[in-house]
Amino acid sequence: MRVRPTAPILPPSNIQGNALIVVIAIMAFLACLTFGAVSMVRATAAGWQSQISREITIQIKPAEGLDMDAALQKAKDLALGFVGTQAGTILDDGATARLLEPWLGAGLDLKELPVPRLVVITIDEENPPDFGEMRELLAQELPEAFLDDHRTWVDRLVSMASTTVMIGTGVLVLVFTAMVLTVIFATRGVIAGNRHIVEVLHFVGAEGGFVAREFQKHFLKISLKGSAAGSALAAVLFATLGIWQTNARATPESDQTMALFGTFSLGWSGYLGIVATMVVIALLTTLTARLTVMRTIDEIDLIRSDPARSDGLPAS
Amino acid sequence: MTFDIPKRSFQFLTGPSGAGKTTLLRLLFMSLQPTRGLIRMFGRDLSQIPRNELPMLRRRVGIVFQDFRLLDHLTTYENVALPLRVRGKQEASYRNDVIELLKWVGLGERINVLPPVLSGGEKQRAAIARALIDRPEILLADEPTGNVDPPMAKRLLSLFLELNRLGTAVVIATHDLALMDQVDARRMILTEGQLDIYE
Repeated sequence: MRVRPTAPILPPSNIQGNALIVVIAIMAFLACLTFGAVSMVRATAAGWQSQISREITIQIKPAEGLDMDAALQKAKDLALGFVGTQAGTILDDGATARLLEPWLGAGLDLKELPVPRLVVITIDEENPPDFGEMRELLAQELPEAFLDDHRTWVDRLVSMASTTVMIGTGVLVLVFTAMVLTVIFATRGVIAGNRHIVEVLHFVGAEGGFVAREFQKHFLKISLKGSAAGSALAAVLFATLGIWQTNARATPESDQTMALFGTFSLGWSGYLGIVATMVVIALLTTLTARLTVMRTIDEIDLIRSDPARSDGLPAS
Repeated sequence: MTFDIPKRSFQFLTGPSGAGKTTLLRLLFMSLQPTRGLIRMFGRDLSQIPRNELPMLRRRVGIVFQDFRLLDHLTTYENVALPLRVRGKQEASYRNDVIELLKWVGLGERINVLPPVLSGGEKQRAAIARALIDRPEILLADEPTGNVDPPMAKRLLSLFLELNRLGTAVVIATHDLALMDQVDARRMILTEGQLDIYE
């Protein structure tokens, strides 16, 4: 006599199980999306910060009798004399005119206007020069020069980036909390729907650990399916947006998007984070299932000591 | 009330609806804890047994529920094999025993059928087979003939008698006077908290 391969003790799929897969997939998608967005903002802010703090600017205001070209060269030489500076560029007339073009229009003749001129000095981020000393020396040697180390901008960017990351982390925590609660309620629903199975197993002599393991296996499968689907969807979304941004580079739409959201590139750490989110969701669901089943079994045992309850057997 | 269920004995538990037959069975099956009095099973006071030891004791008792309690997504074979599966036994070690038992209860041709397709009598026999598969020391059956016609009831009764002959103590809770009249067995009649025993 042939028998079919032994079926799992819990039915592999039912409407409640499928609904739970969808719920977990949506929550995983949202969690990964938030995680991706936070890491994107952090990367963009770090990029800005690094770009700005890599350079300092010396501004020279025009003054009566000042030889601007000589002053620019002197300022550059003075700055490059400090340890921690790497290169210096004097913004020439053309570059300065381009900078002012949005305000003063094209075809600007710098000779006619007392426009300050700039020297851009690249510095070693790891080992920056002593800005105070540089500022003092410039004040002595070139009173028209003003050193801008971009500290104000860097500080503002740092605080903006930390605020954004903090808000993002808060949202991530909320999404995770909502996900755990959703999973708890959905798991309870599934277990309530399968309570007859828990009872039968209990009455045929199954130990609590055995029943919990069966449910754990079942929910691990469900949560892996759901979280893999949601996380994969989020990863594909980021990858697609990244590809779109690369292909549409230098178009107004792409520039606007890049200005708003930064680069849609997560890097391996971002994708690793998505995988980690998936694993965390699967583990949380499995743990929730275990705790819920153990509580159901405890409840069945509690009924033993309460003669008013007849949940165990049909009434006579 | 005071009574005992000797080893290898066969008895009917009867009485009007609401007399407490099912409650008594629940007490014997350890699914209800006594609030008063003393129940000893297998030499132990049931009210003193820690919760984690209950599964091991339940494995020595077979129970047949009035509503069968078969799992609809498992075949007859898988339902009957369930007690062995939860004890961690390998399928190869029990496959032949389960098939043999299913043949013995007349379900040899229904091994791969799911419970929703089985008739009331077939479900009842599957439930009985599940209770018997691990050779319990005592079998408790709650209205085992409540859902079957008289010929099937007679057949099930023969099954219980055969089981008893093989060494299992049997307690059958029933209203069915005709069923009880077929066997000259001990009768425990429960009425208004009193238990009268007729040997």
